Amino acid sequence: MKVGVLALQGDIREHFQALQECGVNPIAVRRPAEIEEIDALVIPGGESTTIAHLAATFGVFDLIQDRIRAGLPVYGSCAGMILLADRVLDAIAGQRTFGGLDITVRRNAFGRQVDSFESDITIAQLGTPAMRAVFIRAPWVEDVGPGVEVLASVKAPDGRNHAVAVRQGACLATSFNPELTGDNRIHRFFIAEVCKLAKPIK
Amino acid sequence: MSETTGTGRVKRGMAEMLKGGVIMDVVNAEQAKIAEDAGAVAVMALERVPADIRAQGGVARMSDPDMIEKIKAAVSIPVMAKARIGHFVEAQILQSLGVDYIDESEVLTPADYENHIDKWNFTVPFVCGATNLGEALRRINEGAAMIRSKGEAGTGDISQAVVHMRKIGGEIRRLTSMREDELYVAAKEMQAPFELVKEVAQAGKLPVVMFSAGGIATPSDAALMMHLGADGVFIGSGIFKSGDPARRAAACVKATTFFDDPKVIADASRGLGDAMVGISVADIPAPHRLAERGW
Repeated sequence: MKVGVLALQGDIREHFQALQECGVNPIAVRRPAEIEEIDALVIPGGESTTIAHLAATFGVFDLIQDRIRAGLPVYGSCAGMILLADRVLDAIAGQRTFGGLDITVRRNAFGRQVDSFESDITIAQLGTPAMRAVFIRAPWVEDVGPGVEVLASVKAPDGRNHAVAVRQGACLATSFNPELTGDNRIHRFFIAEVCKLAKPIK
Repeated sequence: MSETTGTGRVKRGMAEMLKGGVIMDVVNAEQAKIAEDAGAVAVMALERVPADIRAQGGVARMSDPDMIEKIKAAVSIPVMAKARIGHFVEAQILQSLGVDYIDESEVLTPADYENHIDKWNFTVPFVCGATNLGEALRRINEGAAMIRSKGEAGTGDISQAVVHMRKIGGEIRRLTSMREDELYVAAKEMQAPFELVKEVAQAGKLPVVMFSAGGIATPSDAALMMHLGADGVFIGSGIFKSGDPARRAAACVKATTFFDDPKVIADASRGLGDAMVGISVADIPAPHRLAERGW
């Protein structure tokens, strides 16, 4: 199975390392031909506006969108979650996303960098112990559609619980950045469970 | 559930998210918008770009809080701002304004000619300049969560950025080839803490993200610094002192991502209008070189 990491901007190296520790040999993808040949895609943390801008500039935006719609297994952390959301709040004018998850996310929802934090979160599918999650200018999920499974939530500063890890079919997304902590359970879950849904490419 | 802000991981992790990107100097909300639309990963809010600080002289200080607020309101990407070296009150003000990163910068007139800010005391992360590995490790020891090679700001002359990146990279490579018992002397010579020297020797890289700065004026300059090992670039005067800032900004973003593809950089370099005029570092007398500030 060929797993690509979208290598336009962001913490690509950390996702590479996490995937390698899961026994996968990932490849960096940013050109159309590279994106056409992968069986799964990871979208790293970074600046969602920059990644979307570069994807559009280099003519891979529509291709990635089409492949996700056709069932390409995909995992996005932080900026990657924003890019996989069907709807975004506090976006910049004209900001597009690949979509794939029937969710609304709010960008920079937890606040600015001084509000960035670490916290223990529990994800039933990953077992114990709790996962130490790092949230950096992170988005949260404002609402989810009927087909979306919420894997984890946190109590946010607005007093409500917000989903921070979600899955719908072959799409997985987290608000936080597991690639920064050395805890690879999310990546393992993606490879072992989500990528099962991969459809053979022609 | 224990929530903690301002941890090393949160501060250093923020810089990881900026990798492969371009951070642009802006002096007002309109420029910040242009930078965001061009694909900048962050903006650096300051009152005068380095080229103007150099031309106009005088004491250069932290920006007006009103100006920083306006830029924060104008864009959704991270906003950084500069404090004078050692001026921890300016840094406290910037933290209270909610900037996302503080640059303790030699581009401003230093406030303290011996001590840098104790950056561990802050929740907001800091980036600091360095011309060599020892300087980088001293800043990290003081709590810097990101390093930028200094270059010579406000010149449009890439030569010093190259010197500093090659120097830091070369010193890291040298450490990796040393026996462990030789690292004590290396630490002494570099005037850096042994533990950090050992960490770099083992990892073959700095424990934090390193960008390059100071003199980047063209897409090819940005790509050159990426080849030399930068995780990303700061562009100060090079964009808004050029003929067509929006196009040049977008071109530099492209060249930073596709730094190893000369065709993309060639296309990005077409029709950008005039680059900043610039000034050769060789023509700047040593006491006026900003890179020599910091200790």
